[in-house]
Amino acid sequence: MDFKSSDTIPGPRTEDRLPHTAEAAVKIVIVGGFGVGKTTMVGSVSEIRPLTTEETMTQAGIGVDDNYGSASKTATTVAMDFGRISITDELVLYLFGTPGQERFWFLWNGLFEGALGAVVLVDTRRLEVSFDVMGRLEERGVPFVVAVNSFPDAPRYPIAELRTALDLSEEIPILDCDVRRRASSRDVLLTLMRFLHSLAMKGALT
Amino acid sequence: MTPPQRQRRSPGQPSAPLPASGPAKEGENRNPERLFVIGGDEAGERADIDLVTLIVARAEPPVSATPEQAAVLRLCVAPLSAAELSAYLSLPFSVLTVLLTDLLAKELVQARAPIVRQKVADRNLLEAVMHGLQKL
Repeated sequence: MDFKSSDTIPGPRTEDRLPHTAEAAVKIVIVGGFGVGKTTMVGSVSEIRPLTTEETMTQAGIGVDDNYGSASKTATTVAMDFGRISITDELVLYLFGTPGQERFWFLWNGLFEGALGAVVLVDTRRLEVSFDVMGRLEERGVPFVVAVNSFPDAPRYPIAELRTALDLSEEIPILDCDVRRRASSRDVLLTLMRFLHSLAMKGALT
Repeated sequence: MTPPQRQRRSPGQPSAPLPASGPAKEGENRNPERLFVIGGDEAGERADIDLVTLIVARAEPPVSATPEQAAVLRLCVAPLSAAELSAYLSLPFSVLTVLLTDLLAKELVQARAPIVRQKVADRNLLEAVMHGLQKL
């Protein structure tokens, strides 16, 4: 269990290094049920091979700090895959998604609080698994769009029917996508950014 | 076939309790002692480090640096997010935070704070992100 010698730790490839001018980063979170395609989406738009960070969380939900010195029987490890898109020489965008245990993300301090917004990925075969995640975003006031990852054997509902089922107001975008395709994943992110922009316009007027 | 029906929630509404977790499969084999050793003084203050705080080394690793500290300094010759550092070093994020707090106190690294969501978002920022995405 020795820490690896620092000479052997693989770092970013030279071409994956950010320029020294990189001043700040922003993040977007991709949420949704298990197996809905979050990691695929991150991978399809990321400029780096997706990486994984993890956090150890306690069942009590107090935070991540309280269990280290003591017996960790109730500790749960939450892993998150993430990718990166350089926006300009000064600004970097990070995308976070995870293979599972999404309810525990909400214990990850600062993950949602600072995020510009979220993408809720849904699979129409299991629409209800995304209900809780949407509710938690609403409670925290995190703006989100809904992207329907089109699986071949999934039922197709008209957007209006989905909107009613998901109890979403007219302003919240719902769109179809194929997360394996870069252009499709990019369009989902652009839809989120346009939505955030429209909210900012409204906020500036009131 | 009709889809199942959800009911929207509003900001500030009390959250549903977290589900009882099963056995912590991935966490079981984790050795808490190791976490404790790297974390050092676990009661100490932590710097406010976000997943996307960019970390940049300010100096070569000093002779006194621990292997973990030296690894961070070598990785951060160019700006790197705390999330990337955690991934490359295979350290849980909170453990990395402790490590970075120490390096910040010793002025061996610089932290570039992320731009976080504001009540009214900065439209210039959103437009910059849109333009960047359109180039993909």
